[in-house]
Order: sequence, then C-alpha cells, then structure tokens
Amino acid sequence: MPHLKPSFPLLAALPLAIFTLAFLALPLVRLFAASVEGEAGFALYGEVLTNPRYLTSLWDTVLVSAAVTLAALAVSTTAALFLQRNRFLGRSLLISVLTFPMAFPGVVVGFMIILLGGRQGLINDLAKDLFSTRAVFAYSMVGLFFGYLYFSIPRVLLTVMAAAEKLNPELEEAARSLGAGPWRLLKDVILPGLAPALVASGAIAFATAMGAFGTAFTLATNIDVLPMVIYTEFTLSANIATACALSIVLGLVTWVLLLIARGLSGGAVAAAG
Amino acid sequence: MKKRPLVFSLQLFVTLFACAFLITPAIMSIAAGVTVNYFKGLESGVTLKWVGQVWELYADSIWLSLLIAVTCLIATLIIGVPAAYSLAKRPGRLSRVIEEFVSLPVAIPGLALALALLQLYGTMKGFRLSWTFILVGHVLYTLPFMIRSVLAIFAVIDLKTLEEGAATLGASQWRRFLDVALPNALPGILAGSLTVVTLSIGEFNLTWMLHTPLTKTLPVGLADSYASMRLEVASAYTLVFFVMIAPLLVAMQIAAQRAQRVGQE
Repeated sequence: MPHLKPSFPLLAALPLAIFTLAFLALPLVRLFAASVEGEAGFALYGEVLTNPRYLTSLWDTVLVSAAVTLAALAVSTTAALFLQRNRFLGRSLLISVLTFPMAFPGVVVGFMIILLGGRQGLINDLAKDLFSTRAVFAYSMVGLFFGYLYFSIPRVLLTVMAAAEKLNPELEEAARSLGAGPWRLLKDVILPGLAPALVASGAIAFATAMGAFGTAFTLATNIDVLPMVIYTEFTLSANIATACALSIVLGLVTWVLLLIARGLSGGAVAAAG
Repeated sequence: MKKRPLVFSLQLFVTLFACAFLITPAIMSIAAGVTVNYFKGLESGVTLKWVGQVWELYADSIWLSLLIAVTCLIATLIIGVPAAYSLAKRPGRLSRVIEEFVSLPVAIPGLALALALLQLYGTMKGFRLSWTFILVGHVLYTLPFMIRSVLAIFAVIDLKTLEEGAATLGASQWRRFLDVALPNALPGILAGSLTVVTLSIGEFNLTWMLHTPLTKTLPVGLADSYASMRLEVASAYTLVFFVMIAPLLVAMQIAAQRAQRVGQE
C-alpha cells in the first residue's frame, strides 16, 4: 500500500535516533577530533602507544583485569555449581549474599576493601592480635585486585548459575557410568557445557575491570591503571589530547574484546553493569 | 548420587569463603555507621547520630540522585520502549548494527564517554552546569539495558500474530502498539525499569566527570565522604545507600525472573 507518511516503526525509533546522534555519535566524533587537534596530530597515537609510562599502565590494567577474570571465574563457577546442585537450609540466603554487591558502585567497593585491608582494617587488626605483624594491602594493586574481584563475583555467578541449570544431567550420568572421576567429569563434561557462559561472563568481568575507575579512585590516587592515568592527564595535567587518545585506545580495546567474546560464545554476552 | 566428601567440602569451603569476603565488609560498614566510636567497637554504644549527620550534610545529593533516577527512567521509557518495538518489527542487519551502536556505552568505559560529552558540550555553560548534564550521561549508560530487556520479550512473544489479529479488527498501528505490544511487553519494561533506576542511583564513573560542586549525586557524595569524613560518617552514608538499593535489587531479581518466564510459558 503506497503512503507518504513515514512508517510507524521508523517513527518509533526517532527519539532513539535523535538522542544517540546528539549524545553518543557526535560526542565520540568530537572525542576523536580532540585527540588529534594537539600539536602532534595523528602522531599522538604513535607517541601514546610507545610511551613507556602509558604502556606500563595499559599492561598493568590488562594484567590485573585478566587475573581478576580468572579468579572470579574459578570462585563463581565453584560456588554456582555447588549452589545449583545442593538443596539446603540457607541456600537462598547464600545466593542473596553472593549477588547483593552487584549494584555497588566502584567507590563503595573501594570502601569495602579499605574496611578489610586498610590501615584500620579487619585483616590488619587480626594480624596484629594474632601474629603481631602488619597486613595492609588495600592501597595497592593487591587491593585493586580484591576490589575488582568483589564486584565481579556476583555477575559471573548469576550467569554461570543460569547456564548450570540448563546442563543436561544425562551426559554426566553417562560419563559417570563409564567410570569418570569428579575431575574428569568437570574437565570433559561440565566445563565444556558451561563454556559459552564462562566466556560471556569472563568477558564482561574483564571489560568492567578494564574501565573501572571508582575503586582505584577510592583506594589510592597512585594506582596507575589506565582509567586513573586518563583522569590524571585530564584534570591535573590538563593534557586533553592525550586523555582523549588514551580513552579511545581503552574504549577500542574493551569493545573489540567484548565483540570477540560474543562471537566465541554465540551471542550470549549480556550487558555489563 | 554418591557424594564425594572431598569435592563437596572443597566446594562448600569456596562458597562460604566467597560469601564471607563479600558480606564481612558490608556488615562492618553497617555496624560502623551506627557505632558511637568505631575504634572502641560496639561497646561504645549504638547511635543514629552519624546517620543524622549524613542527612544534614548530604541530603541534597540523595534527593538529586532520586530526581535523576526518576527522570532517567522516564527518558529511557520514552526513548527505549518505542525503539525496542521498532527494532523488533524490522529485524535484520541494520537493526543489529543500531542495537550494537546504542549498546556501546556498556562496553566503553564511563570515563571515556564522559570525556566525549565534555569535549562537545563543555562550553555550553547553562547545560554543563545543570543536573541535566548528568542526566544525559545516565540515560546514555542505562538505555541499552532498557532496550535489551524489552527487546528480549518481543523476541519470545509472537508479536506478528498478535498484531495481525488486532489489524484484522481494524486497529491502527498506533493502537496496536499501545493496546497489543505494550501490555505484552510489560514484564520486560518492568525488569528494565528496575535495572535503570538501580544503575542510575549507583552510577559513578560518568557522574564523577560530569558533576559540578552544585550537582553532586549520592555516589559522588560517597567518594567525598570516604576522602574527607570520619569513618563513622562514611559508613553511615554507605548504610543509607544500602537501604536505598536493597529493595530495588530484590525487586529487580524478581522482575527479571518473571520476565524470563514469559518465553517459557
């Protein structure tokens, strides 16, 4: 049927089109323009990517994010399988405890880590009382690791639990009747079955850790992860072109990684929080 | 099934250890927020003095966070729900690219997005200095969650058949959207709404860059209190945040479960 009016579905997408153009597309273009407007021009990207300080920081950020991802996957998968397969009093309470921190902003997580591992933290108090030694780890990369672990566990747990629910129990029965021990079962049956969920939630944990800022901000200003470096360049050094270029590098690295993970997991990478 | 004691105890240990790691500091923080003197412990007495002090110092930031969360919800409903409808009606390559593009704020660090907004709009003082600047950041960040939540429902209900039924009865496109698509999408809209409000109240990465001394939100105030207030006040403020966020989280999980069940019926 011929008609001159724009179709309804197109009209329905109009608010999104306007908002996205004004507040996402144009700002990103402007961000890129600002990164090459300095004296160095496009060569700034070369400088940024060969500068030892920025490279070390990028490397540290990737390392701590990767370590957190592995640790969160190990802890959350173990807990998810346990909670999925055993029914006991207090099970739902444990699930609530393990998912409650999901909505904590990075700053709150940083404060939690200070309460645990800070100068007046629980661990330091215990170490003083029991072993007359000091145990302060909050204000360093170690503290950051635990902070990122704190907010990664709930996210990975929810994804893996949902996937564990859909595993086919008959496969495990078959493997067990063929004489497979618990480790073989885990390695050859359970983990391959969970693989898409593990890749998906691992990617989210990694991406979130790469971009996290609030936790490092609360713990210490001298933790040189890339988001902190960008923040310092922008506010303290007023090095705007560099801050913009580093933001684009960080954004690209994270986005490409999520894209790859989604390809691997068959579209299961859900939204990060 | 035969229980293997070693495997079972190892799993139990890891699970309990993870629980302890997550809950201990939260409990410490709650306790510190109502303790007269944290360093003397709970024996020094229980008080609401610190919570009162938080209210005096930071009530503005709490109200602003609520205002932004509610307006952010309204904006994501107006922008996101019709958009999800149109993406569902026209599935294909272009829709996937659009969905991918509007989801960028989930993948790109908030700091980078905030820098981008500042570069483009930083010189428009009236906009830059008002709370609507923060609102834009929050809508940008939460919109993908609303769109996906609603889109997930449209993907499992048979929208086409439902609408064809309505069309043969003479319903216009507008009526079909209002009377057929919207009511069916309600579980997804509800789940998405709760996610949007929860994320908006807790958003820090973007907000820290976008805020001004006169537009501080709750998490910005929290960062401020962690840096400059005594531990009891910082803890009491965190307690206020927990109290605000806990019911939202519970409701969010129930809504998400209900939305998931839509496809299974």
